Amino acid sequence: MLFKRKAPPLLMERTKAVINVERRLFMRQSLSLGALALLSGCDFRSETDEASISDRILNAMSQWNDKAQAALFDPTKLAPTFSEADIKDPFPFNAYYGEDEVRTVEEAGWKLQLSGMIAKKDSWTLAQLKALPQESQITRHICVEGWSAIGKWGGAPLGEFLKMVGADTSAKYVGFKCADDYHTSIDMATAMHPQTIIATTFRDQPLPPKFGFPIKIRIPTKLGFKNPKHVMEMFVTNDYPGGYWEDQGYNWFSGA
Amino acid sequence: MTVEKTYIHGLSVRVFHWINAVAIVLMIASGWQIYDASPVFSAITFPETVTLGGWLGGGIQWHFAAMWVFVLNFLVYGLINLINGHFKSALFPVGPRMVLQDLGQALKGRLAHDVGRYNAVQKISYLGVFALLILVILSGLSIWKSVQFAGLAALFGGYDGARVVHFVCMALICAFIVMHLALVAIVPSTLLPMITGWARKGNKHAV
Repeated sequence: MLFKRKAPPLLMERTKAVINVERRLFMRQSLSLGALALLSGCDFRSETDEASISDRILNAMSQWNDKAQAALFDPTKLAPTFSEADIKDPFPFNAYYGEDEVRTVEEAGWKLQLSGMIAKKDSWTLAQLKALPQESQITRHICVEGWSAIGKWGGAPLGEFLKMVGADTSAKYVGFKCADDYHTSIDMATAMHPQTIIATTFRDQPLPPKFGFPIKIRIPTKLGFKNPKHVMEMFVTNDYPGGYWEDQGYNWFSGA
Repeated sequence: MTVEKTYIHGLSVRVFHWINAVAIVLMIASGWQIYDASPVFSAITFPETVTLGGWLGGGIQWHFAAMWVFVLNFLVYGLINLINGHFKSALFPVGPRMVLQDLGQALKGRLAHDVGRYNAVQKISYLGVFALLILVILSGLSIWKSVQFAGLAALFGGYDGARVVHFVCMALICAFIVMHLALVAIVPSTLLPMITGWARKGNKHAV
């Protein structure tokens, strides 16, 4: 159905499989009559495991849109910034789970792991990350659902960090694995963007658990779901890593 | 019996019209799906049965796939008809006085009809809906790329302003579609010429 490219093994996890089966049935049942009438020649209700024609077209178009967005992406174009007065208070919580299920990561046992095409793979403590030159930004967080909220994040620019640890910045992707079983990935150009930061603060305070303690990758040039929280591991690769939502059909690039 | 016919809709107009008709229905239905994920106006939501995509991710896939068809079709049509002069000859001259005059005549049932020529009310309606299509594209680009097209988005009052403009344009385009279809239902003889290009010369086309 809505799987992009090849489904990564992570997806075989039971809970996700159930969610996907439900979503599949839901989609089949709820396709509007109008769409069926318009595209009655298409095999919408294929009972086989193969993606239907419409899904294959939609997936191909989504990949085309990844390329179009990469071409539109200007590595020097900065996201608009705002004043302290514009900050949304309280700033909304959002995740694939409810606020009562927010993961609490203890600073003591936590270290940022590095893997893939990175020369210096030593892991990093929060104190070490905070000791790096810090940037702060007041930018608009835009959710894929359409709502937006202005917030303030601070931390070390990801691009500088990647250069420092000897990452192969000619690679295609930077991927993130999180403590809340979330994962996502971004293009290298966006990773090197000056406003993409390893956020350790929100509104000048340590990042609260609900906003991703100990670190959140803040990317104002991408939709909210591309900004992972509670990051445990960062990796550089040329193999498409997908992501939690991306594997279910959200457009991978999702740039703003 | 011979019926005298006249060629009123050129090929580019007909091709544009039908591709646009399909594309706009896909854009609106998938747009409603996306809208429902976070309504701009909390009092307005769209029932699941009229939305396209099944869930937010599906709605987005449809919207950004149909987008290319919708925009490219509109651009090709616009360029052809600006260059060949059809746009100018079919929709101009038009002015507020002519519109009021024709509207008054139509309401009295006395508007003269000339097959293949638009009256002032039609002209202003088509110009209006073209303006809406341009606005819905520009506001859509502002929402899609609020950083890359930040300057454009600023014209609509930023990201949130662009969402409002995009929604209002959609609502007005829907109003146009309702009127357009109602008029075709009242005067079904206008339908065939949009397929074949040819209309019967003696036909009376009421507004």
